[in-house]
Amino acid sequence: MAELNGNACPPGEYPVVVVGSGPGGLQTAYSLRMHGIEAAVLSGDEAAGGMFRRFPLFQRLITWTKIHAPADRGTRPYEWYDWNSLIGQDPSLRALVPEYMDGSSYFPARSEMERGLTEFASRSAIPVRYGCRWESTRMDGETFVVGTPDGEYRSRALVIAVGMTEPWKPNNIPGIELVPHYVETRPLKEYAGKRILVVGKRNSGFEVADALLPWARQIVLASPRPARISVLVHSTAAARARYLQPYEDHVLGGGNIVLDASIERIDRLPGGGYRTQLKGTTRPGDLVLETDEVIAATGFGTPLGDLGELGVKTFYQGRLPAQTAFWESASLPGVYFAGSITQGSIGLKKYGIPSNSAAVHGFRYNAVVLARHIAETRFGVTIPRRAIPPDEIVPFLLAEATRGPELWNQQSYLARVLSLSNGGAVDEGILPLANFVDSAGPDGVAITVETDAEGDIHPAVYIRRGGHVEEHTLASSALLDFTSAEHTAQLTSLQKSFMG
Amino acid sequence: MGSDDIIEVLGGLSLFADLSRPELEEVAHTFEEEWFPGGQRILRQGFTGSGFYVIIDGEATVSTDGKEIAKLSRGDFFGEISLLLGENPTADVSSTGSLHCLVLAGPVLEDFLTAHPPVMYRMLQALARRLRASNKWRS
Repeated sequence: MAELNGNACPPGEYPVVVVGSGPGGLQTAYSLRMHGIEAAVLSGDEAAGGMFRRFPLFQRLITWTKIHAPADRGTRPYEWYDWNSLIGQDPSLRALVPEYMDGSSYFPARSEMERGLTEFASRSAIPVRYGCRWESTRMDGETFVVGTPDGEYRSRALVIAVGMTEPWKPNNIPGIELVPHYVETRPLKEYAGKRILVVGKRNSGFEVADALLPWARQIVLASPRPARISVLVHSTAAARARYLQPYEDHVLGGGNIVLDASIERIDRLPGGGYRTQLKGTTRPGDLVLETDEVIAATGFGTPLGDLGELGVKTFYQGRLPAQTAFWESASLPGVYFAGSITQGSIGLKKYGIPSNSAAVHGFRYNAVVLARHIAETRFGVTIPRRAIPPDEIVPFLLAEATRGPELWNQQSYLARVLSLSNGGAVDEGILPLANFVDSAGPDGVAITVETDAEGDIHPAVYIRRGGHVEEHTLASSALLDFTSAEHTAQLTSLQKSFMG
Repeated sequence: MGSDDIIEVLGGLSLFADLSRPELEEVAHTFEEEWFPGGQRILRQGFTGSGFYVIIDGEATVSTDGKEIAKLSRGDFFGEISLLLGENPTADVSSTGSLHCLVLAGPVLEDFLTAHPPVMYRMLQALARRLRASNKWRS
């Protein structure tokens, strides 16, 4: 790849500069090109793939791709079942990850995922300048100037797609700096027979604990908040079922422990190992743990370089940039985000369930929508919109709610939107729900899929009339089919109100 | 804002004033941190699935049917009435400038309050003050 694209994108002025060649950067650059905008893609790596060149540490993803699925591979409905491939228009660019899976698991191996991404980059021939590290950013009027060892890149629109990839540790635990971060976990056999404290009970904490189960003498997982489990809180952001073996071990009294405790300090012991002082949270009390190893599975931040000095505001303890509904910096217009960083554009987060923007199956659609938004708002590209005859509105919206992969993979976050005028409807495509419900746009109707607090999955319809938005939820369906007579009757009745 | 700063800020809010440091740390991990640009709607009148918000920096306005009825600032909280009653919010809450909040998902508010009675008592006091203010004309 480096040889193939070695001379791609020489320093100079470009309509858009994309930093990063992981799935977020590739999807954005590809989707921009579909609107006639050629971005310069800069990558500090030697090939495409981003974090999947190295992670997950234990070499298998937690996002599935179903080789055998209810929809045909390569179709739009199939995307719902394939959480890992990028979205291409040409058939040769669709569903690439299952093409390289050996079929032994419905979670791709890291190498299978990486292959899917490098194939997308090479087949689409997106010009990427590899080995070209983003070193600095400055403004020249309204132009961003990106400094690299190869020279300067200038653009009025900058897309940062560097992943939430920077190992992060909290700053309030004395001694945390002494222990390795999750990314520094050594080969498993080096932990044979050892007692290990894992700080953190999110996916990286449970992933490392799960991998250590056959090796460790004892594992203690500790963090202040009780573990959140995906099947209980209906979110991929919580600990996934695949990694729950250590938790079951704890619950059944198997000897490994899951603690709700704040870590007060960590000290190295003179003879090797660590002494950690903890204070219980859900069950008060002081604890002291002596372990051979401590691993800080405390998460990641975004390597934003010098963008903070330029005015990009962050939150979540500085780990994510604050963003608009269209993934633009809330404080520095012209800087956009793609990839897992887009989880910083929170959306409605109904019932506390976050978007899937932290994972490929969510953020690939954010990138498609972002590219269209940039094309329309910054380059004046006119994107044709299809008129939907009044008698097709209900079946169209219900089919979208039943089979639209964007709506299923980004529940309560991305919506199918129709604008309404003069008794007719026009398909506005997929848009951020937050944009639709909170911006004073023309009359319209949006449909989403949502999961409520009881885990019930159903469509939600938002009707905007005269700048005021009303929400209506439709019935759920045991077989996830929202095209039934009941749904048709419900939406037809609503259509009478929004079509006047 | 780092981990320590969040705990400092939490400890300074009357809602959490009775909690020990490890409890504050648990609260800091239980709530999510969210940041909104100015003019952003946070609580939406008539929408399902809302949350409970505590303002740690910035200001917000409460409005019903587009008419402003109250202002909120650091230490104030919102979203609890609809969650306690199991109804959709009857007002919009929007940021006036950039707004930094801690957010608890609606479905877990009950468990959170019953697990932290001092917070529940402080919330009750705040609600009593609001009730007294709105009933002043009676006395």
